[in-house]
Amino acid sequence: MSKLSRRKLMGAGLGAVAGASGIAVAGKLAARYGLIPPDHGSVYGPGETLTYASQRLLTHHSLAREFTRSQISKTPFANGAPYQGEDFRRLQAEGFAGWRLSVDGMVARPGSFSPAELRSYPASSQITHLACEEGWSYIAEWIGVPLFHVLNVVGVLPQARYIVYFSMQPGWWDSIDMADALHPQTLVAYGLNGGALPVGHGGPLRLRVPRQLGYKSVKYIARLTVTDSLKGFGKGLGSAPPEGGYAWYAGI
Amino acid sequence: MALLVSGVEILISHPRFYWGEAGNVLTPSLFALPIPASRSTVPTGYGFVLPDQNGWSRYLHFQAAWAAVFTGLVYCASGLFTRHFRRKLVPAGADLSWRAISSSIANHLRFKPPGKAEDGSYNVLQRLSYLLVIFVLFPLAIWTGLAMSPAIASAFPFAVTVFGGQQSARTIHFFVTVFLVFFVLVHIVMIYLAGFGSRMRAMITGRARARKEHA
Repeated sequence: MSKLSRRKLMGAGLGAVAGASGIAVAGKLAARYGLIPPDHGSVYGPGETLTYASQRLLTHHSLAREFTRSQISKTPFANGAPYQGEDFRRLQAEGFAGWRLSVDGMVARPGSFSPAELRSYPASSQITHLACEEGWSYIAEWIGVPLFHVLNVVGVLPQARYIVYFSMQPGWWDSIDMADALHPQTLVAYGLNGGALPVGHGGPLRLRVPRQLGYKSVKYIARLTVTDSLKGFGKGLGSAPPEGGYAWYAGI
Repeated sequence: MALLVSGVEILISHPRFYWGEAGNVLTPSLFALPIPASRSTVPTGYGFVLPDQNGWSRYLHFQAAWAAVFTGLVYCASGLFTRHFRRKLVPAGADLSWRAISSSIANHLRFKPPGKAEDGSYNVLQRLSYLLVIFVLFPLAIWTGLAMSPAIASAFPFAVTVFGGQQSARTIHFFVTVFLVFFVLVHIVMIYLAGFGSRMRAMITGRARARKEHA
C-alpha cells in the first residue's frame, strides 16, 4: 500500500460521508416541502421520490394541455364494466337523486352534496387527454365543478396536506396532494362531451385529475376526507393502487 | 436491461401503437404486435390473458431511467472533460468521405478482421454508430419517455407536440428501443468476431494493447 492509495482511500471515504450527509439533508428538506410520496418505503422509493419531487418542482402550477372540440375522440374508451353493486343500482334507478358526496376531516363545515347542488355551482369544462398507465388514451370534454370550489365551501383548515377520495365501488380509493387538489383543472366531474357523465365513465360523479394518469381519476366518488397525513388510511401508502403494486403518484 | 425487461412488461399491457395524440382499442391502430396482452380489454386474437405485471414494471422502469440518466450525465461530463468524445468518437475529416465509409462497410461485409491500426481506436462506422447511440438514441428515448408523462406534458407542451402527440411519442419510444436492442446485438456479435476474451479484457481494463499482450 503506497501513501498515494491511502490518500485516495481517505478521499473516497470523505466523499462517501459527504454524499451520505448530502442525501440525508436533501431528504429532510424534501420532507419539509412535501416532496416525498407516501409509497417511498419500497425498493423503488428513491426513483419514486425523485420523480415526484422533480415533477412537483417543475409542474406546480402548470395547466394540462387543452384541445379543440374537433380533437375530441369519437370513441372514448370506458375501461372496465360499470359498477353493479346493489347500493349503486338502487341510486341509479332514481337517476342518482339520492347520491351524496360527503366531505369530512380537516374542514370547518363538514357537509354533503347532491349532484344537483354541485351542478348549481359555477361549472368548469375542459377538453383534456386521459391516458391509462397501460398505454391507451382518449381526448374528451369534462364538465364539473372545480374541486377547490367544493373545498372552499366546506372551509379547508390550513394544516391540510392531502385530499383522500373514496369510490362507492369497494376497494377504490385514492388521494392527491394540495397542489393537485387546489389546481383549477381538478374537477368533481358530472358531465362528458356535452351530456351527463355516463355510468361507464364514472357517473354520476368522478374526480378528474388531468395532470395524472387515468387511475387517479376515480369513478363513483362518494366521500372526500381532508387530512394532514395518509398514515391512517389503508396500509398507509396513500391510496389503493400502491397496495396492488402501482405508484401513488401518477404524473408520469 | 432493467429498462428493457420492464418496458416489455409495460408494452404487453397494450401491444398496439397509434400516431397522433390519442388512441385506444376502439380506434384503428398504426400497427399491433402479434403477441398476447396482459389485459382482457385488448383484442389480440389469443384466447388467454397474461398476468398483470405493470405495477412493479413501472416502478422499476422509472427508477432504472433515473439511474440511466445519472450514469449518462457522468459519462457525458467525463467524455467532454477528458476529450474522449473528440479524440475517440468524432471521425476524422478524411474518414467522412463516401469512399472511406463505403470501404469500411465493404470490409465489414467481407468479415475482414480489424487491422492493427484499429487496436487502440474505433473505425469510422463504429464512431458514427456510437455517436448516434450516445447523442441521438439515448436522448430521444428519455425525451419520448418524458413526453408520455401527463405532468411533464402540462409543463412543457412543446416536448409533446414536436412528435405530433403523446401516442406518437410512445410509438417513437418503441422504435428507439428496437434500434438500441439492435445496436447491442450487433455490438456483441462484433466483439465475438474480434476475439471475445481480449476485447472484454480491453473494455474492463481500458488497455488497448490487451490483444497483443495475450496473443
